[in-house]
Amino acid sequence: MTALRKSAAGRRLPLVDGVDKVTGRAQYTADLEARGALVGRIFRSRWPHAKILRLDVEAARKLPGVRAVVTGDDATIPYGVLPISQNETPMARGKIRYRGEPIAAVAAIDEATADRALALIKIEVEELPAYFEASESRKAGAVAIHDDKPDNLLRAVHHDFGDVPAGFAAAELVKEKSFRCAEVAHGQIEPHAAVAHWDEESQRLDLKSVTQVPYYVHMALARVLNIEAAQIRIVKPFVGGGFGARVEVLNFEIILGLLARAAKGTVRFNLSREETFLTHRGRPLSELKLKIGMTKDGRITAVQSEVVQRGGAYASYGVVTILYAGSLLHGLYDIPAIKYDGYRVYTNTPPCGAMRGHGGVNARHAFECLMDEMASDLGLDPFAVRRRNLLKTPMQTMNGVIVNSYGLPECLDKVEAASGWKGRKGKLPPGKGLGMSCSHYVSGAAKPIHWTGEPHAALAIRVDFDGGLTVLTGAADIGQGSSTILAQLVAETLDVPMARIRVIANDSALTPKDNGSYSSRVTFMVGNAAIDAARSLRKEFVAAAAKRLDARPEMIEINAGTFNVVGGQGPGLTFPEVVQAALADRGPITVTGTFTVPVEYQGGKHRGGAVGSTMGFSYAAQVVEVDVDPDTGIIRVPKVWVAHDCGFAINPLSVEGQVQGAVWMGLGQALYEETRFDEGLPAHGSFLEYRIATSLDSPDIDVQLVESNDPSGPLGAKEASEGALLGVPPAVANAVYDALGIRVVDTPITPEKIIDAMTKLRREKRLAAAKGGR
Amino acid sequence: MKRLLTLTVNGRAREDAVPETMLLLDYLRDIAALTGTKKGCDGGECGACTVLIDGEPALACIVLAARCAGKRIETIDAMAEGGRLSALQRAFHEKLGAQCGYCTPGMIMASEALLRRNPKPSAGEIKDAISGNICRCTGYVKIIEAVQSASGAAP
Repeated sequence: MTALRKSAAGRRLPLVDGVDKVTGRAQYTADLEARGALVGRIFRSRWPHAKILRLDVEAARKLPGVRAVVTGDDATIPYGVLPISQNETPMARGKIRYRGEPIAAVAAIDEATADRALALIKIEVEELPAYFEASESRKAGAVAIHDDKPDNLLRAVHHDFGDVPAGFAAAELVKEKSFRCAEVAHGQIEPHAAVAHWDEESQRLDLKSVTQVPYYVHMALARVLNIEAAQIRIVKPFVGGGFGARVEVLNFEIILGLLARAAKGTVRFNLSREETFLTHRGRPLSELKLKIGMTKDGRITAVQSEVVQRGGAYASYGVVTILYAGSLLHGLYDIPAIKYDGYRVYTNTPPCGAMRGHGGVNARHAFECLMDEMASDLGLDPFAVRRRNLLKTPMQTMNGVIVNSYGLPECLDKVEAASGWKGRKGKLPPGKGLGMSCSHYVSGAAKPIHWTGEPHAALAIRVDFDGGLTVLTGAADIGQGSSTILAQLVAETLDVPMARIRVIANDSALTPKDNGSYSSRVTFMVGNAAIDAARSLRKEFVAAAAKRLDARPEMIEINAGTFNVVGGQGPGLTFPEVVQAALADRGPITVTGTFTVPVEYQGGKHRGGAVGSTMGFSYAAQVVEVDVDPDTGIIRVPKVWVAHDCGFAINPLSVEGQVQGAVWMGLGQALYEETRFDEGLPAHGSFLEYRIATSLDSPDIDVQLVESNDPSGPLGAKEASEGALLGVPPAVANAVYDALGIRVVDTPITPEKIIDAMTKLRREKRLAAAKGGR
Repeated sequence: MKRLLTLTVNGRAREDAVPETMLLLDYLRDIAALTGTKKGCDGGECGACTVLIDGEPALACIVLAARCAGKRIETIDAMAEGGRLSALQRAFHEKLGAQCGYCTPGMIMASEALLRRNPKPSAGEIKDAISGNICRCTGYVKIIEAVQSASGAAP
């Protein structure tokens, strides 16, 4: 990479769509005008597991004002985000697998009519035994939730790298521990919504939805509605947060397409908060068993991990999630041997999916908690143990991932200094403590889910007579600021002011296909495509300017949008003049840039090797301070220090915002958040029951940026939105240990668990004292 | 049953026939066509719909429109006077107090009410004032900075 010029990149710029957001002008899906739209409503299951004996929607269909009723019979082609496990239909067919599963849907002239129609739907079922824990559905003799998986196991993963028995034999301390991490949900503030229009004359469907993956929605609609993709147009309006909730097509999006086609018109879904929780796709409840071997000086010799995930009723991303839990044991530290056994289990609960830090969060929690405990057993400082196990980069991990940039050592130094660790650790008053951890995450999954042979990312820039640069991208800005980052990269590459750039994102009729906003891929992959497109455009401009100025192209320089001959005395050409010159030759210009991850970066050759592969890991280190009341068990977090290696901060303001949000979401999982089910009935269907931290519970979060300048990243950049999350729950648990001397590692770390552990600790101390006195 | 509702919305007098059971939020969005105010939950959980009623912050999703007769409603849609961002809007924009932006209208209106009664709030007072507004993106750090900045206090 050449020296970084910071005309647009590297600057703390506000979001390009920020003014729309602060003025209320931003149009989210529920804000879109849809004249005469019918109201869509979903009829959902009251049972967690049942055979449908009879479904009668005739009375609902005949109700005046009802324009369409659809059921599972209207959508028989199964879909799913992973081509290898497509086992979902938008509405139950023959069988119900979780409470809240859609069974039918209506479109009516108003809400009251739609609700009356739902009440007229009759259903008879034969209830089946239902399973709400992985251990229940895996028991011998359990009824199969899906016929093709009689043991209710979606996927078992067995990976074994290095010589694990030899590693444990070489260890001087071996510890094994179990962990249970509760299921959590994304809790994006915008409830699910969509609006669809079916044009009966042209046989075309227009659908606008809250998605992070318009392309996947597009493909799934074509598949299930059994029409050509060309008959469909997908638009993503402003989206009120995603965090993984919307990284696959969701049942309501397909149901809405079916309803609009059946009603031959416009239908709208505004799902309730409870329905948004029911749609789910959160992080699965995970039961982990972890064993680490270590030498006395803190060198890790071997790791053995077993993870069981309660996946819910359908496959979703399950195969990927259970693979990530193993593959992300690699790439952070230098570990000579790792064995991993993962089990993704079907249960009669709403389907889990991908959530920020996909698959890696609970595995990282277990690892960093146990590492802290072993450091403590060995009398070693937690920072020293991490430093003892650093990678020597560039290197290739045992599971086949190339690591070129590695800012972890600097992250450690920065949080250690910022938090005053050396002077404060172990010296705080009782009840107060410090804990630390490390983490990493991929900058985009290196292998696409759908292997079509196309580039992994594409972006277009359009120039016409007005001299404006219109960036056309399918990358979904869901609030993470991707449109801003892409604009900055284009402005930087072309050396034009940001004001000249307009970003149009996510209209399948206009913008190039993009795989979507997940696995922190957009900055890295679409960012590289943006630079590629801008370079092509720069070449066109330079050629046109050279012709007009009668000079060789290599003699043209661009300075703040003005083109001139190097050392030239004339006024040169203004940007609009150059655009005019370029257009005179060939008419309006659209250039396309692309990016593809080279095959050597696409992971190991073993089964599942693609998951966890990336061109660049982000790295992070966290220090959390806690203040625990030993009598109430209430944990307060006054401060978190985090250092994040984002390669290069294209927009440091935005990176800070992403890192703060990630850290805070990790705190939520550590302390408060949990989905709960009563016989499969979600007991967390509102923001009162699902406890998201308020401003009063939230700490100051100090962010230190580390720029390791990755050779493959756009201007050296890597991901910034997920990596910092993964180390937060263990840093909290480790801080609690520092504060009170108790190891509470099951998340969320509630006051009840603290009280129980304190009671146990006191009892043990008393018993020991009594024994000693005898 | 509908009744004739007379009130002021963003400085303009309005008269609309409104069902007695209609919520202020639905009135603002569906009848007054002011979609800046957001719905984030099933009632009173998230604060996204915060508006000012006679200068006081209120959740439009748990107030009946009919109860607002004769009152003065202010929403995010009119905060940028003459097309220029208000101090709070500018601070939320420039300090990245908004990421996805969905909680932002409610967050700004709750903060607006605070700054009107307490022009120089402490960080603790800001946290108190927005404690009924959930944000899932920011961890609140930059929101608090934005309100401080708008109030003229550091940072």
